[in-house]
Amino acid sequence: MKIGVLVNEGPYTHEASDSAYNFTKAALEKGHEIYRVFFYHDGVNNATRLTEPPRDDRNIVNRWSELSKQHNLDLVVCIAAAQRRGVMDENEAKRQGKDAHNLAEGFRISGLGQLVEAGIQSDRLVTFGD
Amino acid sequence: MLHIVNKSPYERNALESCLRLAINGSAVLLIEDGVYGAVKGGSFEGALQAALPGLKIYALGPDLSARGMADRVLDGVSVVDYGGFVDLVAEHSNCQSWL
Repeated sequence: MKIGVLVNEGPYTHEASDSAYNFTKAALEKGHEIYRVFFYHDGVNNATRLTEPPRDDRNIVNRWSELSKQHNLDLVVCIAAAQRRGVMDENEAKRQGKDAHNLAEGFRISGLGQLVEAGIQSDRLVTFGD
Repeated sequence: MLHIVNKSPYERNALESCLRLAINGSAVLLIEDGVYGAVKGGSFEGALQAALPGLKIYALGPDLSARGMADRVLDGVSVVDYGGFVDLVAEHSNCQSWL
């Protein structure tokens, strides 16, 4: 089955990022296809590679990047939500005249149409958030 | 329909609204702080028991354990792991997160 995942909450806030990750991992282990994970609102903060939690804590951002690498996951960050919160890739940083970029490995920045498409193309869309 | 509730009923009214509006035969999955709704002896015991004949109610095991409540779950509530969560999503034609 094709499953889409929507993450609306930032990491280390409540538990939505953890739940979304654990759900995505379990779905992949069961042989389902994750069509896309879309990060919206504060969820875009899951995609900043400058995250550096204490050593004894889980690294939520790296965890997504690793899962993406293992399973070729499509991790998409909403561009408007990302720009508001200072999350950008190299191209976007250049375009906006910024001196740095911080999009983590495995993520890509795109528009809300990608969420709509995930809703249409997936058999189920599961929302995690605040 | 699978309803997913992730907030404590002592914090938000999502569980209350969900139980009121879910139609008979639906499933309700409590995750994160939502599992507080499934505690034996809690204020929501009555509401859940009243809903149980018509609804299937599940609680996420890892979230119960994280809160030290794995052995305090209301009778009639089924405990599932993340794999069970995935199965519930697959078994129901759609799902609604009560954020």
